[in-house]
Amino acid sequence: MIEFKNVGLVYPNGTEGLKNINVKINDGEFVVIVGLSGAGKSTFIRSINRLVTPTSGSLLVDNEDILKHKGKNLRKLRTKVGMIFQNYNLVKRTNVFKNVLAGRLGHTGTLRSIFNLYSKEDKALAYNNLTRVNIEEKVYNRADELSGGQQQRVSIARVLTQTPKYILADEPVASLDPPTSHQVMTYLKKINKEDNITTIVNLHFIDMAMEYADRIIGMRAGEVVFDGPASEVTEKTFEEIYGRSIREDDLRGGAQE
Amino acid sequence: MTTKNSLTQSSMPLYPAKTKIQVTIIFFVVLGIYTFSMIWTQDEMVGGFGGALGNMYTVIEKFFPPNFTILPTIWKAMMQTIQMAIIATTIAAILTVPLAVLSAQNITTLKPLYYITRTFLNLLRTIPDLVLAVIFVGLFGVGVFPGILALTVFSLGILAKLISETIESVDMNPLEAMRASGGNVFQVIWYSLVPQIAPQFTSLVLYVFEINIRASVVLGMVGAGGIGLVLNQHLKFYNYPNAMTIIIVIFATVLIIEFISNKIREALL
Ligand SMILES: Nc1ncnc2c1ncn2[C@@H]1O[C@H](COP(=O)(O)OP(=O)(O)OP(=O)(O)O)[C@@H](O)[C@H]1O
Ligand SMILES: [Mg+2]
Repeated sequence: MIEFKNVGLVYPNGTEGLKNINVKINDGEFVVIVGLSGAGKSTFIRSINRLVTPTSGSLLVDNEDILKHKGKNLRKLRTKVGMIFQNYNLVKRTNVFKNVLAGRLGHTGTLRSIFNLYSKEDKALAYNNLTRVNIEEKVYNRADELSGGQQQRVSIARVLTQTPKYILADEPVASLDPPTSHQVMTYLKKINKEDNITTIVNLHFIDMAMEYADRIIGMRAGEVVFDGPASEVTEKTFEEIYGRSIREDDLRGGAQE
Repeated sequence: MTTKNSLTQSSMPLYPAKTKIQVTIIFFVVLGIYTFSMIWTQDEMVGGFGGALGNMYTVIEKFFPPNFTILPTIWKAMMQTIQMAIIATTIAAILTVPLAVLSAQNITTLKPLYYITRTFLNLLRTIPDLVLAVIFVGLFGVGVFPGILALTVFSLGILAKLISETIESVDMNPLEAMRASGGNVFQVIWYSLVPQIAPQFTSLVLYVFEINIRASVVLGMVGAGGIGLVLNQHLKFYNYPNAMTIIIVIFATVLIIEFISNKIREALL
Protein backbone atom coordinates (compact mmCIF):
# COMPACT_ATOMS: atom_id res chain seq x y z
CA MET A 1 0.00 0.00 0.00
CA ILE A 2 1.19 3.49 -0.88
CA GLU A 3 0.01 6.39 1.21
CA PHE A 4 0.67 10.10 0.61
CA LYS A 5 0.08 12.10 3.80
CA ASN A 6 0.10 15.87 3.34
CA VAL A 7 2.94 15.48 0.86
CA GLY A 8 4.40 18.65 -0.60
CA LEU A 9 7.40 19.16 -2.84
CA VAL A 10 9.13 22.44 -3.60
CA TYR A 11 11.91 22.28 -6.22
CA PRO A 12 15.15 24.13 -5.44
CA ASN A 13 14.11 26.91 -7.83
CA GLY A 14 10.93 27.50 -5.84
CA THR A 15 8.46 25.71 -8.15
CA GLU A 16 5.82 23.86 -6.18
CA GLY A 17 5.67 20.41 -7.76
CA LEU A 18 3.23 18.91 -5.24
CA LYS A 19 0.86 20.67 -2.86
CA ASN A 20 -0.54 18.89 0.16
CA ILE A 21 -1.24 15.54 -1.50
CA ASN A 22 -3.35 12.97 0.37
CA VAL A 23 -3.80 9.78 -1.58
CA LYS A 24 -3.95 6.11 -0.64
CA ILE A 25 -3.26 3.49 -3.30
CA ASN A 26 -4.30 -0.04 -2.45
CA ASP A 27 -2.51 -3.22 -3.44
CA GLY A 28 -3.36 -4.52 -6.89
CA GLU A 29 -4.90 -1.30 -8.16
CA PHE A 30 -4.30 0.00 -11.68
CA VAL A 31 -4.23 3.77 -11.24
CA VAL A 32 -3.90 6.28 -14.05
CA ILE A 33 -2.79 9.82 -13.29
CA VAL A 34 -4.00 12.44 -15.73
CA GLY A 35 -3.42 16.16 -15.98
CA LEU A 36 -2.04 18.82 -18.26
CA SER A 37 1.66 19.19 -18.91
CA GLY A 38 3.29 20.61 -15.78
CA ALA A 39 0.47 19.44 -13.50
CA GLY A 40 2.89 17.40 -11.40
CA LYS A 41 2.24 13.86 -12.67
CA SER A 42 5.92 12.99 -13.01
CA THR A 43 6.73 14.60 -9.69
CA PHE A 44 4.01 12.50 -8.03
CA ILE A 45 5.19 9.23 -9.54
CA ARG A 46 8.91 9.90 -9.07
CA SER A 47 8.35 10.66 -5.39
CA ILE A 48 7.33 7.05 -4.84
CA ASN A 49 10.76 5.67 -5.79
CA ARG A 50 12.54 8.78 -4.55
CA LEU A 51 13.93 9.93 -7.88
CA VAL A 52 12.70 13.20 -6.41
CA THR A 53 12.29 13.85 -2.70
CA PRO A 54 9.19 15.54 -1.28
CA THR A 55 10.00 18.37 1.09
CA SER A 56 7.08 17.97 3.49
CA GLY A 57 4.58 15.41 4.75
CA SER A 58 5.17 11.67 4.81
CA LEU A 59 5.01 9.03 2.12
CA LEU A 60 4.40 5.47 3.27
CA VAL A 61 5.20 2.44 1.16
CA ASP A 62 4.10 -0.72 2.96
CA ASN A 63 3.71 1.36 6.14
CA GLU A 64 7.31 2.60 6.04
CA ASP A 65 8.01 6.31 5.63
CA ILE A 66 10.39 6.39 2.68
CA LEU A 67 11.24 10.09 2.77
CA LYS A 68 14.20 9.54 5.11
CA HIS A 69 15.55 6.53 3.21
CA LYS A 70 19.20 6.62 2.20
CA GLY A 71 21.77 4.23 0.73
CA LYS A 72 20.84 0.60 1.28
CA ASN A 73 17.26 1.31 2.35
CA LEU A 74 16.70 3.46 -0.69
CA ARG A 75 18.03 0.75 -2.99
CA LYS A 76 15.79 -1.78 -1.28
CA LEU A 77 12.79 0.47 -1.87
CA ARG A 78 13.73 0.86 -5.54
CA THR A 79 14.09 -2.89 -5.91
CA LYS A 80 10.49 -3.17 -4.77
CA VAL A 81 9.20 -0.33 -6.96
CA GLY A 82 9.95 -0.83 -10.65
CA MET A 83 9.80 1.94 -13.21
CA ILE A 84 9.00 2.28 -16.91
CA PHE A 85 9.97 5.42 -18.82
CA GLN A 86 8.72 7.35 -21.81
CA ASN A 87 12.05 6.88 -23.61
CA TYR A 88 12.41 3.21 -22.60
CA ASN A 89 15.84 4.03 -21.11
CA LEU A 90 17.53 0.89 -22.35
CA VAL A 91 21.29 0.74 -22.81
CA LYS A 92 21.30 1.02 -26.59
CA ARG A 93 24.61 -0.66 -27.36
CA THR A 94 23.89 -3.62 -25.09
CA ASN A 95 21.85 -6.64 -26.11
CA VAL A 96 18.27 -7.24 -25.05
CA PHE A 97 19.09 -10.08 -22.65
CA LYS A 98 21.65 -8.08 -20.72
CA ASN A 99 19.26 -5.14 -20.58
CA VAL A 100 16.59 -7.36 -19.08
CA LEU A 101 19.01 -8.99 -16.61
CA ALA A 102 19.89 -5.50 -15.39
CA GLY A 103 16.52 -5.70 -13.65
CA ARG A 104 18.25 -8.04 -11.18
CA LEU A 105 20.87 -5.46 -10.15
CA GLY A 106 19.13 -4.59 -6.92
CA HIS A 107 19.03 -8.28 -5.96
CA THR A 108 22.60 -9.06 -7.02
CA GLY A 109 25.95 -8.32 -5.35
CA THR A 110 28.24 -5.80 -7.02
CA LEU A 111 30.97 -8.27 -8.00
CA ARG A 112 28.56 -10.91 -9.23
CA SER A 113 26.78 -8.40 -11.44
CA ILE A 114 30.01 -6.93 -12.79
CA PHE A 115 31.23 -10.36 -13.85
CA ASN A 116 27.77 -11.33 -15.17
CA LEU A 117 27.48 -14.17 -12.67
CA TYR A 118 23.72 -14.42 -12.72
CA SER A 119 22.10 -17.53 -11.35
CA LYS A 120 20.27 -20.00 -13.59
CA GLU A 121 17.01 -18.86 -12.01
CA ASP A 122 17.70 -15.20 -12.81
CA LYS A 123 18.45 -16.02 -16.43
CA ALA A 124 15.38 -18.20 -16.72
CA LEU A 125 13.28 -15.44 -15.17
CA ALA A 126 14.65 -12.85 -17.61
CA TYR A 127 14.01 -15.09 -20.60
CA ASN A 128 10.55 -16.02 -19.39
CA ASN A 129 9.66 -12.34 -19.02
CA LEU A 130 10.78 -11.71 -22.58
CA THR A 131 8.37 -14.41 -23.71
CA ARG A 132 5.60 -12.80 -21.67
CA VAL A 133 5.86 -9.69 -23.82
CA ASN A 134 6.50 -11.76 -26.98
CA ILE A 135 9.92 -10.39 -27.75
CA GLU A 136 12.04 -13.46 -27.02
CA GLU A 137 13.22 -13.79 -30.62
CA LYS A 138 15.17 -10.53 -30.19
CA VAL A 139 17.04 -11.77 -27.13
CA TYR A 140 20.52 -11.26 -28.61
CA ASN A 141 19.76 -8.17 -30.69
CA ARG A 142 21.23 -4.88 -29.65
CA ALA A 143 18.57 -2.68 -28.06
CA ASP A 144 19.02 0.08 -30.65
CA GLU A 145 18.03 -2.36 -33.41
CA LEU A 146 14.48 -2.53 -32.04
CA SER A 147 11.47 -0.35 -32.79
CA GLY A 148 10.04 1.90 -30.10
CA GLY A 149 7.24 -0.50 -29.21
CA GLN A 150 9.67 -3.42 -29.02
CA GLN A 151 12.01 -1.41 -26.81
CA GLN A 152 9.16 -0.57 -24.47
CA ARG A 153 8.28 -4.26 -24.27
CA VAL A 154 11.89 -5.03 -23.37
CA SER A 155 11.72 -2.41 -20.66
CA ILE A 156 8.55 -4.09 -19.33
CA ALA A 157 10.45 -7.39 -19.28
CA ARG A 158 13.27 -5.64 -17.42
CA VAL A 159 10.93 -4.28 -14.79
CA LEU A 160 9.24 -7.69 -14.40
CA THR A 161 12.65 -9.31 -13.90
CA GLN A 162 13.06 -7.01 -10.96
CA THR A 163 10.06 -8.86 -9.40
CA PRO A 164 8.62 -5.61 -8.08
CA LYS A 165 5.57 -5.18 -5.90
CA TYR A 166 4.76 -1.87 -7.58
CA ILE A 167 5.25 -0.60 -11.11
CA LEU A 168 5.43 3.10 -11.95
CA ALA A 169 5.13 4.09 -15.60
CA ASP A 170 5.78 7.70 -16.60
CA GLU A 171 4.10 8.36 -19.97
CA PRO A 172 4.97 4.87 -21.25
CA VAL A 173 3.21 5.35 -24.59
CA ALA A 174 3.85 9.03 -25.33
CA SER A 175 6.46 8.17 -27.99
CA LEU A 176 4.45 5.40 -29.66
CA ASP A 177 1.81 5.25 -32.39
CA PRO A 178 -1.82 4.38 -31.44
CA PRO A 179 -1.81 0.59 -32.12
CA THR A 180 1.54 0.13 -30.38
CA SER A 181 0.34 2.27 -27.48
CA HIS A 182 -2.64 -0.01 -26.96
CA GLN A 183 -0.42 -3.08 -27.18
CA VAL A 184 1.88 -1.74 -24.45
CA MET A 185 -1.03 -0.71 -22.22
CA THR A 186 -2.59 -4.14 -22.69
CA TYR A 187 0.62 -5.81 -21.49
CA LEU A 188 0.75 -3.53 -18.44
CA LYS A 189 -2.84 -4.27 -17.59
CA LYS A 190 -2.37 -8.01 -18.06
CA ILE A 191 0.65 -8.02 -15.75
CA ASN A 192 -1.27 -6.01 -13.19
CA LYS A 193 -4.05 -8.58 -13.16
CA GLU A 194 -1.96 -11.76 -13.45
CA ASP A 195 0.81 -10.86 -10.98
CA ASN A 196 -1.24 -8.55 -8.79
CA ILE A 197 1.37 -5.80 -9.17
CA THR A 198 0.06 -2.39 -8.14
CA THR A 199 0.51 -0.20 -11.20
CA ILE A 200 0.53 3.59 -11.46
CA VAL A 201 0.63 5.07 -14.94
CA ASN A 202 0.92 8.67 -16.09
CA LEU A 203 -1.01 9.32 -19.25
CA HIS A 204 -2.30 12.37 -20.92
CA PHE A 205 -4.67 10.65 -23.32
CA ILE A 206 -8.10 10.61 -21.73
CA ASP A 207 -9.54 7.80 -23.86
CA MET A 208 -6.69 5.50 -22.84
CA ALA A 209 -7.06 6.49 -19.21
CA MET A 210 -10.75 5.54 -19.30
CA GLU A 211 -10.08 2.30 -21.16
CA TYR A 212 -7.36 0.87 -18.91
CA ALA A 213 -7.66 2.45 -15.48
CA ASP A 214 -9.44 1.01 -12.43
CA ARG A 215 -9.08 4.38 -10.81
CA ILE A 216 -8.23 7.81 -12.13
CA ILE A 217 -6.44 10.56 -10.26
CA GLY A 218 -6.61 14.01 -11.84
CA MET A 219 -3.95 16.58 -11.10
CA ARG A 220 -3.72 20.30 -11.72
CA ALA A 221 -0.97 22.68 -10.62
CA GLY A 222 0.49 20.21 -8.12
CA GLU A 223 -2.84 19.31 -6.53
CA VAL A 224 -5.12 16.30 -6.74
CA VAL A 225 -8.37 17.68 -8.15
CA PHE A 226 -10.10 14.39 -8.89
CA ASP A 227 -9.86 10.89 -7.47
CA GLY A 228 -12.36 8.17 -8.30
CA PRO A 229 -13.10 4.92 -10.09
CA ALA A 230 -12.74 5.04 -13.86
CA SER A 231 -16.38 4.01 -14.22
CA GLU A 232 -17.49 7.33 -12.72
CA VAL A 233 -15.42 9.40 -15.10
CA THR A 234 -16.92 11.23 -18.06
CA GLU A 235 -15.64 13.82 -20.51
CA LYS A 236 -17.05 16.40 -18.15
CA THR A 237 -14.69 15.18 -15.40
CA PHE A 238 -11.73 15.68 -17.70
CA GLU A 239 -12.88 19.16 -18.61
CA GLU A 240 -12.87 19.93 -14.90
CA ILE A 241 -9.41 18.43 -14.39
CA TYR A 242 -7.94 20.19 -17.41
CA GLY A 243 -9.83 23.40 -16.81
CA ARG A 244 -10.75 23.61 -20.50
CA SER A 245 -12.75 21.74 -23.09
CA ILE A 246 -11.45 18.44 -24.52
CA ARG A 247 -9.52 18.63 -27.78
CA GLU A 248 -8.54 16.20 -30.52
CA ASP A 249 -4.97 15.81 -29.20
CA ASP A 250 -6.19 14.73 -25.76
CA LEU A 251 -7.24 11.48 -27.42
CA ARG A 252 -4.94 8.72 -28.59
CA GLY A 253 -7.60 7.06 -30.71
CA GLY A 254 -7.20 3.69 -32.42
CA ALA A 255 -8.91 1.79 -29.60
CA GLN A 256 -8.54 -1.96 -29.87
CA GLU A 257 -11.58 -3.84 -31.09
CA MET B 1 -1.44 45.26 -35.58
CA THR B 2 -0.35 42.02 -37.22
CA THR B 3 1.19 43.80 -40.23
CA LYS B 4 3.13 46.13 -38.00
CA ASN B 5 4.37 43.19 -35.99
CA SER B 6 5.61 41.21 -38.98
CA LEU B 7 7.28 44.31 -40.43
CA THR B 8 9.36 44.97 -37.35
CA GLN B 9 10.23 41.29 -37.23
CA SER B 10 11.45 41.16 -40.83
CA SER B 11 13.82 44.07 -40.28
CA MET B 12 15.14 42.56 -37.05
CA PRO B 13 18.82 41.60 -37.10
CA LEU B 14 19.73 37.95 -36.51
CA TYR B 15 21.98 38.83 -33.57
CA PRO B 16 21.55 41.54 -30.95
CA ALA B 17 23.72 44.65 -31.52
CA LYS B 18 25.76 43.93 -28.40
CA THR B 19 26.83 40.49 -29.67
CA LYS B 20 27.83 42.05 -32.99
CA ILE B 21 30.09 44.62 -31.34
CA GLN B 22 31.67 41.98 -29.11
CA VAL B 23 32.41 39.67 -32.04
CA THR B 24 33.87 42.55 -34.08
CA ILE B 25 36.18 43.58 -31.23
CA ILE B 26 37.35 40.00 -30.69
CA PHE B 27 37.99 39.63 -34.42
CA PHE B 28 40.22 42.70 -34.57
CA VAL B 29 42.11 41.77 -31.41
CA VAL B 30 42.89 38.32 -32.85
CA LEU B 31 43.92 39.90 -36.17
CA GLY B 32 46.19 42.32 -34.28
CA ILE B 33 47.88 39.48 -32.39
CA TYR B 34 48.49 37.62 -35.65
CA THR B 35 50.01 40.63 -37.40
CA PHE B 36 52.21 41.47 -34.43
CA SER B 37 53.56 37.95 -34.03
CA MET B 38 54.23 37.68 -37.77
CA ILE B 39 56.36 40.83 -37.81
CA TRP B 40 58.09 39.77 -34.62
CA THR B 41 59.07 36.28 -35.81
CA GLN B 42 60.30 37.77 -39.10
CA ASP B 43 62.74 39.89 -37.12
CA GLU B 44 63.92 36.97 -35.05
CA MET B 45 64.54 34.65 -38.00
CA VAL B 46 68.10 35.29 -39.18
CA GLY B 47 67.95 34.48 -42.85
CA GLY B 48 64.19 34.34 -43.39
CA PHE B 49 62.74 31.56 -45.52
CA GLY B 50 65.40 31.97 -48.23
CA GLY B 51 68.13 31.02 -45.78
CA ALA B 52 66.15 28.02 -44.58
CA LEU B 53 65.91 26.61 -48.10
CA GLY B 54 69.67 27.00 -48.54
CA ASN B 55 70.34 25.29 -45.20
CA MET B 56 68.01 22.47 -46.15
CA TYR B 57 70.34 21.38 -48.94
CA THR B 58 73.39 21.19 -46.66
CA VAL B 59 71.37 19.36 -43.99
CA ILE B 60 70.01 16.80 -46.45
CA GLU B 61 73.45 16.24 -47.92
CA LYS B 62 74.87 15.41 -44.49
CA PHE B 63 72.11 12.93 -43.67
CA PHE B 64 72.23 10.99 -46.94
CA PRO B 65 72.69 8.22 -47.73
CA PRO B 66 71.39 6.61 -44.52
CA ASN B 67 73.59 3.91 -43.07
CA PHE B 68 71.40 0.83 -42.97
CA THR B 69 74.13 -1.40 -41.58
CA ILE B 70 73.23 -0.23 -38.06
CA LEU B 71 69.67 -1.54 -38.42
CA PRO B 72 70.25 -4.72 -36.33
CA THR B 73 71.66 -2.69 -33.43
CA ILE B 74 68.78 -0.21 -33.22
CA TRP B 75 65.95 -2.73 -33.22
CA LYS B 76 66.33 -3.34 -29.55
CA ALA B 77 66.01 0.36 -28.73
CA MET B 78 62.99 0.71 -30.98
CA MET B 79 61.27 -2.20 -29.26
CA GLN B 80 62.12 -0.59 -25.94
CA THR B 81 60.39 2.61 -27.05
CA ILE B 82 57.28 0.68 -28.09
CA GLN B 83 57.29 -1.19 -24.79
CA MET B 84 57.57 2.09 -22.88
CA ALA B 85 54.60 3.45 -24.76
CA ILE B 86 52.56 0.29 -24.20
CA ILE B 87 53.25 0.14 -20.47
CA ALA B 88 52.67 3.86 -19.95
CA THR B 89 49.45 3.85 -21.99
CA THR B 90 48.12 0.83 -20.13
CA ILE B 91 48.80 2.26 -16.68
CA ALA B 92 47.34 5.60 -17.72
CA ALA B 93 44.24 3.92 -19.18
CA ILE B 94 43.57 2.17 -15.87
CA LEU B 95 44.21 5.21 -13.69
CA THR B 96 42.10 7.34 -16.01
CA VAL B 97 38.87 5.52 -15.21
CA PRO B 98 38.34 6.77 -11.64
CA LEU B 99 39.77 10.20 -12.44
CA ALA B 100 37.57 10.66 -15.50
CA VAL B 101 34.45 9.59 -13.61
CA LEU B 102 35.25 11.92 -10.72
CA SER B 103 35.82 14.84 -13.07
CA ALA B 104 32.59 14.31 -15.04
CA GLN B 105 29.96 16.73 -13.82
CA ASN B 106 27.00 14.52 -14.66
CA ILE B 107 28.25 11.57 -12.58
CA THR B 108 30.06 13.27 -9.72
CA THR B 109 27.30 15.40 -8.31
CA LEU B 110 29.34 16.12 -5.19
CA LYS B 111 30.73 19.51 -6.24
CA PRO B 112 33.91 19.70 -4.08
CA LEU B 113 35.08 16.28 -5.27
CA TYR B 114 34.47 17.31 -8.87
CA TYR B 115 36.40 20.57 -8.52
CA ILE B 116 39.35 18.91 -6.76
CA THR B 117 39.76 16.26 -9.47
CA ARG B 118 39.29 18.82 -12.25
CA THR B 119 41.94 21.12 -10.77
CA PHE B 120 44.35 18.24 -10.23
CA LEU B 121 43.99 17.14 -13.85
CA ASN B 122 44.39 20.69 -15.13
CA LEU B 123 47.60 21.06 -13.14
CA LEU B 124 48.84 17.74 -14.51
CA ARG B 125 48.22 18.92 -18.04
CA THR B 126 50.14 22.17 -17.63
CA ILE B 127 53.42 20.27 -17.08
CA PRO B 128 55.11 19.69 -20.46
CA ASP B 129 56.20 16.09 -21.10
CA LEU B 130 59.83 17.15 -21.50
CA VAL B 131 59.83 18.75 -18.07
CA LEU B 132 58.33 15.56 -16.61
CA ALA B 133 61.09 13.51 -18.25
CA VAL B 134 63.82 15.82 -16.98
CA ILE B 135 62.40 15.62 -13.45
CA PHE B 136 62.06 11.82 -13.44
CA VAL B 137 65.50 11.31 -15.05
CA GLY B 138 66.88 13.55 -12.31
CA LEU B 139 65.11 11.44 -9.67
CA PHE B 140 65.74 7.93 -11.03
CA GLY B 141 68.69 8.31 -13.37
CA VAL B 142 68.96 7.67 -17.11
CA GLY B 143 66.84 4.74 -18.31
CA VAL B 144 63.48 3.35 -19.28
CA PHE B 145 61.79 3.71 -15.89
CA PRO B 146 61.74 7.54 -15.73
CA GLY B 147 60.55 7.50 -19.34
CA ILE B 148 57.59 5.30 -18.46
CA LEU B 149 56.71 7.51 -15.50
CA ALA B 150 56.87 10.68 -17.57
CA LEU B 151 54.73 9.17 -20.32
CA THR B 152 52.20 7.82 -17.82
CA VAL B 153 51.69 11.19 -16.15
CA PHE B 154 51.64 12.96 -19.49
CA SER B 155 49.05 10.66 -21.06
CA LEU B 156 46.96 10.51 -17.90
CA GLY B 157 46.41 14.26 -18.20
CA ILE B 158 45.19 14.04 -21.78
CA LEU B 159 43.18 10.82 -21.41
CA ALA B 160 41.30 11.73 -18.26
CA LYS B 161 40.27 15.05 -19.76
CA LEU B 162 39.07 13.57 -23.06
CA ILE B 163 37.28 10.67 -21.40
CA SER B 164 35.55 12.81 -18.80
CA GLU B 165 34.21 14.88 -21.67
CA THR B 166 32.96 11.71 -23.35
CA ILE B 167 31.28 10.73 -20.10
CA GLU B 168 29.61 14.12 -19.86
CA SER B 169 27.99 13.60 -23.26
CA VAL B 170 26.40 10.18 -22.62
CA ASP B 171 22.68 9.47 -22.61
CA MET B 172 21.65 9.76 -18.95
CA ASN B 173 18.35 7.86 -19.40
CA PRO B 174 19.75 4.34 -18.92
CA LEU B 175 21.63 5.53 -15.85
CA GLU B 176 18.37 6.75 -14.37
CA ALA B 177 16.73 3.40 -15.14
CA MET B 178 19.50 1.45 -13.40
CA ARG B 179 19.32 3.74 -10.41
CA ALA B 180 15.54 3.35 -10.31
CA SER B 181 15.87 -0.44 -10.30
CA GLY B 182 17.95 -0.39 -7.14
CA GLY B 183 21.46 -0.62 -8.58
CA ASN B 184 24.33 0.88 -6.58
CA VAL B 185 26.83 3.39 -7.97
CA PHE B 186 29.22 0.75 -9.31
CA GLN B 187 26.44 -1.24 -10.95
CA VAL B 188 24.97 1.88 -12.54
CA ILE B 189 28.38 2.85 -13.93
CA TRP B 190 29.25 -0.64 -15.11
CA TYR B 191 25.90 -1.39 -16.72
CA SER B 192 24.87 1.88 -18.28
CA LEU B 193 27.93 4.11 -18.51
CA VAL B 194 30.68 1.69 -19.55
CA PRO B 195 28.86 0.30 -22.62
CA GLN B 196 28.20 3.84 -23.80
CA ILE B 197 31.80 5.02 -23.58
CA ALA B 198 33.68 1.79 -24.38
CA PRO B 199 34.19 2.53 -28.12
CA GLN B 200 35.41 6.08 -27.57
CA PHE B 201 37.53 4.93 -24.65
CA THR B 202 39.35 2.38 -26.81
CA SER B 203 39.72 4.85 -29.62
CA LEU B 204 41.18 7.54 -27.33
CA VAL B 205 43.55 5.07 -25.67
CA LEU B 206 44.86 4.08 -29.10
CA TYR B 207 45.25 7.73 -30.02
CA VAL B 208 47.20 8.43 -26.84
CA PHE B 209 49.32 5.35 -27.55
CA GLU B 210 50.30 6.86 -30.91
CA ILE B 211 51.16 10.15 -29.23
CA ASN B 212 53.21 8.23 -26.67
CA ILE B 213 55.35 6.54 -29.33
CA ARG B 214 56.30 9.92 -30.73
CA ALA B 215 56.67 11.54 -27.34
CA SER B 216 58.92 8.74 -26.09
CA VAL B 217 61.36 9.49 -28.92
CA VAL B 218 61.65 13.07 -27.72
CA LEU B 219 61.82 12.00 -24.07
CA GLY B 220 64.63 9.58 -24.96
CA MET B 221 66.72 12.55 -25.99
CA VAL B 222 66.82 13.83 -22.43
CA GLY B 223 67.85 10.42 -21.11
CA ALA B 224 64.55 8.63 -20.68
CA GLY B 225 65.59 5.45 -22.55
CA GLY B 226 64.49 3.93 -25.83
CA ILE B 227 65.26 4.92 -29.40
CA GLY B 228 65.41 8.63 -28.55
CA LEU B 229 68.44 8.04 -26.39
CA VAL B 230 70.24 6.23 -29.23
CA LEU B 231 69.24 8.90 -31.73
CA ASN B 232 70.60 11.57 -29.44
CA GLN B 233 73.95 9.77 -29.12
CA HIS B 234 74.37 9.54 -32.90
CA LEU B 235 73.44 13.17 -33.37
CA LYS B 236 75.93 14.23 -30.68
CA PHE B 237 78.75 12.50 -32.55
CA TYR B 238 77.63 13.98 -35.88
CA ASN B 239 76.79 10.49 -37.12
CA TYR B 240 74.12 11.83 -39.45
CA PRO B 241 73.77 8.79 -41.79
CA ASN B 242 73.18 6.61 -38.71
CA ALA B 243 70.71 9.15 -37.31
CA MET B 244 68.89 9.14 -40.64
CA THR B 245 68.41 5.37 -40.43
CA ILE B 246 66.92 5.79 -36.97
CA ILE B 247 64.60 8.54 -38.19
CA ILE B 248 63.39 6.32 -41.03
CA VAL B 249 62.78 3.43 -38.62
CA ILE B 250 60.79 5.70 -36.29
CA PHE B 251 58.82 7.04 -39.23
CA ALA B 252 57.97 3.55 -40.47
CA THR B 253 57.02 2.36 -36.97
CA VAL B 254 54.71 5.32 -36.37
CA LEU B 255 53.04 4.74 -39.75
CA ILE B 256 52.52 1.04 -39.07
CA ILE B 257 51.11 1.67 -35.60
CA GLU B 258 48.79 4.35 -36.91
CA PHE B 259 47.60 2.01 -39.61
CA ILE B 260 46.88 -0.78 -37.13
CA SER B 261 45.08 1.46 -34.64
CA ASN B 262 43.00 2.98 -37.43
CA LYS B 263 41.89 -0.51 -38.42
CA ILE B 264 40.97 -1.33 -34.82
CA ARG B 265 39.07 1.94 -34.53
CA GLU B 266 37.10 1.29 -37.71
CA ALA B 267 36.12 -2.14 -36.43
CA LEU B 268 34.87 -0.61 -33.17
CA LEU B 269 32.75 2.31 -34.28
N1 LIG C 1 13.84 19.46 -11.64
C1 LIG C 1 12.94 20.46 -11.58
N2 LIG C 1 13.29 21.66 -11.11
C2 LIG C 1 12.40 22.67 -11.05
N3 LIG C 1 11.13 22.57 -11.42
C3 LIG C 1 10.71 21.40 -11.90
C4 LIG C 1 11.60 20.28 -12.02
N4 LIG C 1 10.91 19.24 -12.52
C5 LIG C 1 9.66 19.68 -12.73
N5 LIG C 1 9.53 20.97 -12.35
C6 LIG C 1 8.31 21.79 -12.37
O1 LIG C 1 7.34 21.16 -11.56
C7 LIG C 1 6.06 21.22 -12.16
C8 LIG C 1 5.50 19.82 -12.32
O2 LIG C 1 6.31 19.13 -13.27
P1 LIG C 1 6.08 17.62 -13.70
O3 LIG C 1 7.23 17.21 -14.53
O4 LIG C 1 5.79 16.81 -12.50
O5 LIG C 1 4.77 17.74 -14.59
P2 LIG C 1 4.03 16.65 -15.48
O6 LIG C 1 2.61 16.65 -15.08
O7 LIG C 1 4.76 15.37 -15.44
O8 LIG C 1 4.14 17.30 -16.91
P3 LIG C 1 4.39 16.59 -18.35
O9 LIG C 1 3.05 16.08 -18.81
O10 LIG C 1 4.85 17.72 -19.20
O11 LIG C 1 5.40 15.53 -18.16
C9 LIG C 1 6.23 21.96 -13.46
O12 LIG C 1 5.87 23.29 -13.26
C10 LIG C 1 7.69 21.85 -13.76
O13 LIG C 1 8.13 22.97 -14.47
MG1 LIG D 1 5.92 14.28 -16.86
